[in-house]
Amino acid sequence: MDMNAYLSMFIDESNDHLQALNENLLKLESDPNDISIVQVIFRSAHTLKGMSATMGFEDLASLTHEMENVLDLVRNSKLSMDSFIFDTMFKGLDALEAMVQDVVGGGTGKADVSAINAALQSIVKGDYKNKPAAETAASTGGSAAAAAGNAGNALLDIFQFSVLKQSIEAGNQVYYIKVTLRESCVLKAARAYMVFDVLENNGEVIKSEPSVQELEQEKFDRSFVVFMISGTQVEALKSQIEGVSEIELAEVVLLDDESLQLYAPTTDSRNQAAAPQQANASAAPSNREAAKRETGEAKAQASAGAVAVNRTIRVDIDRLDSLMNLFSELLIDRVRLEQLSSEIKRSDLIETVEHMARVSTDLQDLVLKLRMVPVESVFNRFPRMVRDIAKQLDKKIDLIVSGADTELDRTVIEEIGDPLVHLLRNSLDHGVEMPADRMAAGKPETGTVHLRAYHSGNHVFIEVEDDGNGIDGAKVSRIAVKNGVLTEEEAKRLTEEQMQMLIFAAGFSTADKISDISGRGVGLDVVKSKITSLGGHVTIRSKQGQGTVFSIQLPLTLSIISAMLIKMGEEKYAIPLSSIVETGIIQRDQIATIHGNQMIEFRGNVIPVVSLARVLDVPGYREEEETENEIVVIRKGDKLAALIVDSFIGQSEIVLKSLGKYLPSIKSISGATILGDGQVALIIDPNAFIK
Amino acid sequence: MAEEMKVIVFALGQEEYGIEVDKVRTIERIQPITRVPKAPAFIKGVINLRGVVIPVIDLRGRFGLEETVTTDNSRIIIVAANELEVGFIVDSANDVIDIDTESIDTPPEVVGGIKAKYLHGIAKIGEKRLLVMLNLSEVLNRKEILQLEQLEV
Repeated sequence: MDMNAYLSMFIDESNDHLQALNENLLKLESDPNDISIVQVIFRSAHTLKGMSATMGFEDLASLTHEMENVLDLVRNSKLSMDSFIFDTMFKGLDALEAMVQDVVGGGTGKADVSAINAALQSIVKGDYKNKPAAETAASTGGSAAAAAGNAGNALLDIFQFSVLKQSIEAGNQVYYIKVTLRESCVLKAARAYMVFDVLENNGEVIKSEPSVQELEQEKFDRSFVVFMISGTQVEALKSQIEGVSEIELAEVVLLDDESLQLYAPTTDSRNQAAAPQQANASAAPSNREAAKRETGEAKAQASAGAVAVNRTIRVDIDRLDSLMNLFSELLIDRVRLEQLSSEIKRSDLIETVEHMARVSTDLQDLVLKLRMVPVESVFNRFPRMVRDIAKQLDKKIDLIVSGADTELDRTVIEEIGDPLVHLLRNSLDHGVEMPADRMAAGKPETGTVHLRAYHSGNHVFIEVEDDGNGIDGAKVSRIAVKNGVLTEEEAKRLTEEQMQMLIFAAGFSTADKISDISGRGVGLDVVKSKITSLGGHVTIRSKQGQGTVFSIQLPLTLSIISAMLIKMGEEKYAIPLSSIVETGIIQRDQIATIHGNQMIEFRGNVIPVVSLARVLDVPGYREEEETENEIVVIRKGDKLAALIVDSFIGQSEIVLKSLGKYLPSIKSISGATILGDGQVALIIDPNAFIK
Repeated sequence: MAEEMKVIVFALGQEEYGIEVDKVRTIERIQPITRVPKAPAFIKGVINLRGVVIPVIDLRGRFGLEETVTTDNSRIIIVAANELEVGFIVDSANDVIDIDTESIDTPPEVVGGIKAKYLHGIAKIGEKRLLVMLNLSEVLNRKEILQLEQLEV
C-alpha cells in the first residue's frame, strides 16, 4: 500500500493530537486529580500510537506506547502524577514533536528515544523514586480493613463513581443491576444486547462489568453487572429485563449514598481511610476532593459538548482562494445585472435581481469569513512555552489567555506568531520579577501574564500584559544614548511614553545580563517592523512597579480594505483609507515653491505637494490648467503630504489583488483591485510619496 | 521520430505564428485595459480575467515591430508558462492545426524583424504556408524587463 497518500493526513492529525496532548497535560498539571483529563490524554496518545504504527514510524509508536503505559496506570489510579512524571511526559512530547517534524521534512521520523523510554519504564515499575512507593504502602496498610471490605466490589472508577454520586444527590434513581442468563442460552451476546436495548430505553448506563465490548464478543460467563441512572421504578425495570427471553434472573437494587460506597474505587476509599490519620486536616481535604471531582465532571461534560459542535473538514487553501476569485467575478456580474434590469424595467426581473443581490451579500459575508481563523491556532502553543521558560528562569508565572476565539485573516495569523513569541519572552524575562523580589515588593509570588485578543471596530487588538516591574523610561533613554540610538539632546525632549517606545529601536537591550531567552538586543525592533508590515502598530502602556501592557493593533483582514476611489483623467485609482488624513480643495496660488519643491500650508504645517498626474504619467489631465485643485492629505507616521488629484469618486471596500509576477515592481503602486464595472483599478501606495 | 502537436495559429501583420495549445489558457476579445504607469512601453497594462489581474503585452511592441490600433479581429491570447500568466495582444487568432514536429526547422537569424532567440523554429504547412513557432520562455523572460528598467533609471 502506498503510504504517501496518507502522509499529509497523518501529519495533520499527529499535530492535532500532539497539540491536544500538550494542552491536556498542562491542564492536568494544574489539577492532577482530574482523572477525566487523563482519559482524554490517553485517547490522544492511543490514537497517535495506532497511526504511527500503521505508517511504519516505529520510534514514534514505541515512545507513545511507553507514555501510554504510564497514563494507563494513572488512569486506573495506580499511580499519581508528580512533577517528575510531568517533566518526563513533556520531554516525551517534545521528542514526539521533533519526530513528526522530521516526517514533515521528508525524514523517516527516527530518533533515539531509549533514554526517555527508560525513564518512562522506570515510572511504570515504580522504582524511579522509592519514597512515594513507601507512602503508598503505608496508606494501604492503614486502610487494609477498608480495602479488604471492598475487595472485588470496586467496580467503579472515580469518574463513574462521582457521576453516580451526583445523580443520587440530585434525587435521581441509581440502580445496580445484575443480569444472569439461562445456562442453555446460545446467543449470549445477542441477549446481552437486547438487555442493553431495554436499559437504554429507560435511562443511562454508566458502567457495565464486563465492558460492552467484551459482552459483544461473548467474553463473559453467564452474568453481567450494570450501573445505571433511570427514572423507572424497580419492579417495572425488573420485569422489563426479564421480558427478554432466556434471562434467568435480573437482580435490580436501588442504590443510595451508603450502598454506592460499596462499589467505590479502591483508591478513593483508601484516601478516605487515610484522611482521619492526618491529624490537622481531616475534613478539608475530602471536601476539596469532592469539589475537584465535581469540576472534573463539569469539564468532561463541557468537552463532550464541544466535540459535538466542532464538526469540520479540512479544505485546501488554494480552493478557498479560487472560491474567493470566482465570487468576486459573480459580484461584478451582479452589478451588470442590476444595471440591465433597471433599464428593462420589468418588475419580475427586478424582483429576481434584488433577491439575487440579497443572497450574494450573505454569500460575500460567508466567503470572507471562510478566510478567518481564530487566533487560538497561534495562542495554543504559548501555555507550554510559558511553562518551560518560567521553569528555566525559576520564576512562577501564570499565563491567562482570553479571547482565543477572536478571528483574524489567515494571512495575518501566519505572520503574527513570531512577534508574539518575542513579546511574551520579553515579558517573562524582563517583565515579571524573581519570586523573592516580588515578595519584597508586596506582590503575590506568582506573576501573571495576560494574553488577550479582542475586536474593536475594524481592528483586532492583541495584548500582552504582565504585572511585573514596568519599564523605567529614564533607564531606557540612558541606555539608548549610550548605544548611540539617539543623542543626549534628543533624549531630553522625550516624554515618558516616547522613552518607553525606545525599546523598539534597533540594537537595544535593557537587561543587565544577557540571557538565553531574550536580551540580545534583537527582537523588539523585529517585532515592530513585522507588525508595521502587516499594517498594524504596537504601543506600550507601562507603570513602574506595576507592570507593562504591549498592545498590538491589527487590521481585520489584509484582503479587503477601505479605500478612496479617485479619478485621474480617464483613469481610476484607489488610495487606502488608512493613510488618508483628509481631503480638500486648494487654490493654485496657495502652492509655494520652496527650494525647488512645491509646498502648501496645511493646518499650521508646511507640507510637500505631490502631483499625482506627473508621478503616474497620466494622459489627458494637467492640474495646472485648473485654478482649484482637489487634494488628498496622506500620512506616514507623523509626516504628511498632499497629493493633487483630478476628482473624487467616493469611498469603497475593495478586494486586494496582486499584479502578478510578470510585472516589475512599480514604486508608487502597491497592487490592484477590480471595480464594480469589471475594470481593474490600481492601488496607490501612499508610503512611496513620503520619505 | 515524427510526433503530432496541436498549435494555436495567430497573426501579426502578414506573418503567421504558432503557440503550443497546452500553453494557452484562453483566447479573449479585446477588453478595457488598465494602463500601468512606469512599466515598459510594450506592457499595455492589466486586465481582469475572471477575477484574476493579468498583465497584457503587445506582441508587436515586444518584438520591436510597429504597434497598430486594435481592430475587431484583435485578440488577447492568455498564455501560462514559467509559472507566469500573461496576455498577448495579436492581430487575429483563428485556427488550431496539427503539425508534425519533424516539419519544424531551426529559424534563420532574423524573421520579419524578430530576433531569432524568441523563435523556436519555423514549420512548413502544405505548399506555401509558413508558421513561426514562438519560444515562450524567452518571450516571457523577465530579465529583459529588468534591464529596460535599469536603463530608464
